[in-house]
Amino acid sequence: MEEVIVTEKLTKRYGDVRAVEDLNLKVHSGEIFGFLGPNGAGKTTTIRVLTTLTKPTSGCACVSSFDVVKEPDKVKKVIGVVQQHLSLDRDLTVRENMEFRARLHHLESSERRRRIDELLDYVGLTEQANRIVEDLSGGMKKRAMIVSSLMHRPKVLFLDEPTVGLDAQTRRRLWELIRRLHLDGTTIFLTTHYIEEAEALCQRVGIIHLGRLIDLGKPLELRQRLGLVAVETLVNNKETCYQYFADRAAATSYVQNLPPDAKTIIIRDSNLEDVFVELTGRKVGDD
Amino acid sequence: MITVFRDIYSVLWVDLRFLRRHWLRTLATSIVNPILYLVAFGYGLGSGISFEGYSYLEFVMPGIIALTAMSSSYGGAGLKLHVDRLFYKCFDEYLMSPISLFSLAIGKTLIGVVRGLIASITLLIVGVIISPTLIISPLFVLVLVISCFVFSFLGVLIGLVAKSHQDMGTFSTLVILPMTFLSGTFFSLSQLPEAVKVVLYFLPLTHSSQCLRAAALSQPFPWLSLLALLGFGLVFFAGCMIALKRASV
Repeated sequence: MEEVIVTEKLTKRYGDVRAVEDLNLKVHSGEIFGFLGPNGAGKTTTIRVLTTLTKPTSGCACVSSFDVVKEPDKVKKVIGVVQQHLSLDRDLTVRENMEFRARLHHLESSERRRRIDELLDYVGLTEQANRIVEDLSGGMKKRAMIVSSLMHRPKVLFLDEPTVGLDAQTRRRLWELIRRLHLDGTTIFLTTHYIEEAEALCQRVGIIHLGRLIDLGKPLELRQRLGLVAVETLVNNKETCYQYFADRAAATSYVQNLPPDAKTIIIRDSNLEDVFVELTGRKVGDD
Repeated sequence: MITVFRDIYSVLWVDLRFLRRHWLRTLATSIVNPILYLVAFGYGLGSGISFEGYSYLEFVMPGIIALTAMSSSYGGAGLKLHVDRLFYKCFDEYLMSPISLFSLAIGKTLIGVVRGLIASITLLIVGVIISPTLIISPLFVLVLVISCFVFSFLGVLIGLVAKSHQDMGTFSTLVILPMTFLSGTFFSLSQLPEAVKVVLYFLPLTHSSQCLRAAALSQPFPWLSLLALLGFGLVFFAGCMIALKRASV
């Protein structure tokens, strides 16, 4: 399988702060790879290195076989980046913003027009094309950012926390769009601190904590390693205790043998949050 | 080479779109100050005074045009860049695109030049009407264009290195504002003690207003000042390139 992103012992330090430490990662062509971790875990720093904005302290990183430090210009041609914050020119229209990206990527004028119309249609923004970005809703702004980053048909699309601050419905529409991009052949590298987002979208997930990759695999594999069924028990009215089991039968037999003072017993499917908590001792949403 | 020009235009294009949408507001804010100076100093304070054989209005006009070129170019190039970089954080988009840092620096400078020229030409039209002795020679135009470049480079440089909005404000208050008043814009440097003169020659606007005044009033042209102005331009441009290289670390 072709690797689109490869990092070897990638390390980035800011003074004494280790933002990313010894990161070894391979992202396959055509997959949606999710980078899951709490705020400050090193997700955005990793994206900044992979998109040539920040130079690594040591180690190396390649995107589409181009070294991000030695061949940044080649890397820039094959990546599209959707940042966490609104990075469009908010005083311009959606169309103007798209045209600007197309110009930066040297698209000829006839191709520019064609591609803009095609992409606006793709994300359902045709009617908003001539509206000023500032006046759009949060979801529309995000979709406008995504299409702007697609002007030059990038091989890899980086999405940094794509659905932060969006309501549930808007988030689902964006998921749908991300899945469509994936089906159309784009490799997607996304970061998120939403468990359900990683589970809903990603074929493989890397869990990052304090700058280190602590686990990597398919969501199901990660859960299997822990146990697919979780049992939550409140002991002595104080602490919730979590136990994981391979299947429902094992979980049920555990519950039946619990002491009488155990209360509020919940049996449910385990999730990536459980994986994360077990690995780190904290929740993904904690800062 | 063609790619370089195309990239420069792409960078300029986005700022021109902004300017097209807000041209009236932009023009109004850039010529209000100079017109106030013109009325307060040229007509109010200076009426009846003659200066080096010229009416004060004739004398002060080239100085006011120089300071208009400075403030519009500096602000036009620096302020939006600064806001885009620090507050909207959309400057990264340029750094992630396959254009050279040279194209980026020149593109961002040119919007300052365009805005500086629009403001100073508007003022020049006012100037020719109220002070018909002004001579707009090719040399005058050349100095005006060079001045706009010099102060746009300065704007881009400060826009790139300022770490906060306060930094921008501090630089304006400590450097731009004193330069506006002291650089031989409103009075002749020959009135000042030697020591003060030496200090003022370290300000680019001094050379800009000296050159513009000499060209406008057909006095002997201070070629050394033009050279100094070019030197400032070169230093500011080099500073922009270094700041851009550091921006991606």
